[in-house]
Amino acid sequence: MTDSPLDPVDRRIVLATQAGLPLVERPYHAIAEAVGIPASEVMERLARMQRTGLIRRIGAVPDHYALGYAFNGMTVWDVADDDIAEAGARVAALPFVSHCYQRPRLLPDWPYCLFAMVHARDAGAAHALVAEIAAALGPLSRGHRVLFSTRILKKTGLRLAG
Amino acid sequence: MPILDSIDRRLLSEFQRDLPLEPRPYAAMADRLGIGEAEVIARLARLSGQGVVSRVGPVFAANRAGCSTLAAMAVPPERLEEVACLINAYPQVNHNYERSHHFNLWFVVAAPRRDEVDAVLDDIRDRTGIEVLDLPLVADYHIDLGFDLQWN
Repeated sequence: MTDSPLDPVDRRIVLATQAGLPLVERPYHAIAEAVGIPASEVMERLARMQRTGLIRRIGAVPDHYALGYAFNGMTVWDVADDDIAEAGARVAALPFVSHCYQRPRLLPDWPYCLFAMVHARDAGAAHALVAEIAAALGPLSRGHRVLFSTRILKKTGLRLAG
Repeated sequence: MPILDSIDRRLLSEFQRDLPLEPRPYAAMADRLGIGEAEVIARLARLSGQGVVSRVGPVFAANRAGCSTLAAMAVPPERLEEVACLINAYPQVNHNYERSHHFNLWFVVAAPRRDEVDAVLDDIRDRTGIEVLDLPLVADYHIDLGFDLQWN
């Protein structure tokens, strides 16, 4: 995946679709009308944004919380710099991990450089998932924490300002 | 949680990615499900109304549409409401969670340019007098295939 800058037309498409496609028979035509380009170009540009990685996927986005996945656990792992690529690949391969990122280690406050999100319906299920990650990492993990979300204070999703 | 029948569950599980880029994508979903296009649209509208589908559309990789970082703060419990309100007022903040840790406030700051992200973090530090951990993405290991929903 290579980063490609958003040209002004891509940007208008992002703005017109980031809250969702309209639930009408021809949603891309509706977007095309709003953006002022042909529908074929909307579909081509969305396909290109998928290829370049700007768009991860296009489809129905379930709300974990509404479906009862109330336990959102941010698991954080202390992994040696030399092991991070291997550790990231192992954790990312677990089907229940919804995000898996390397972030900076900020010593002394923050030794954890590998982040993996898990979602479960109760605390027991969440801890079972954490145990699976720990097993996948084995000795690559030098320590970990699970930070459950106790309150959502703001959640608006990605919004590109118009 | 609303009661979901087997078609609803398939709509949620099997169509999180690969919505066809063709003129009538909901008709293509309808063919796979063996129901009509109008019913797919009506069900998606109902599931959206019930809140179990947040939207149908593209999921953007946040870090590519501009610059963003994950920020964390250790806020004394008695100041949590005040600091959360202050942070939420920034339009550049799109997620803010209270979490069970000494670093108890975790939020995402996103802006078109890195200097704008830095300016928001500096401003929050100055106004609250509390240090802000700046944890931007270094590498993304995840291949996003959607979320593996378990029905029981």
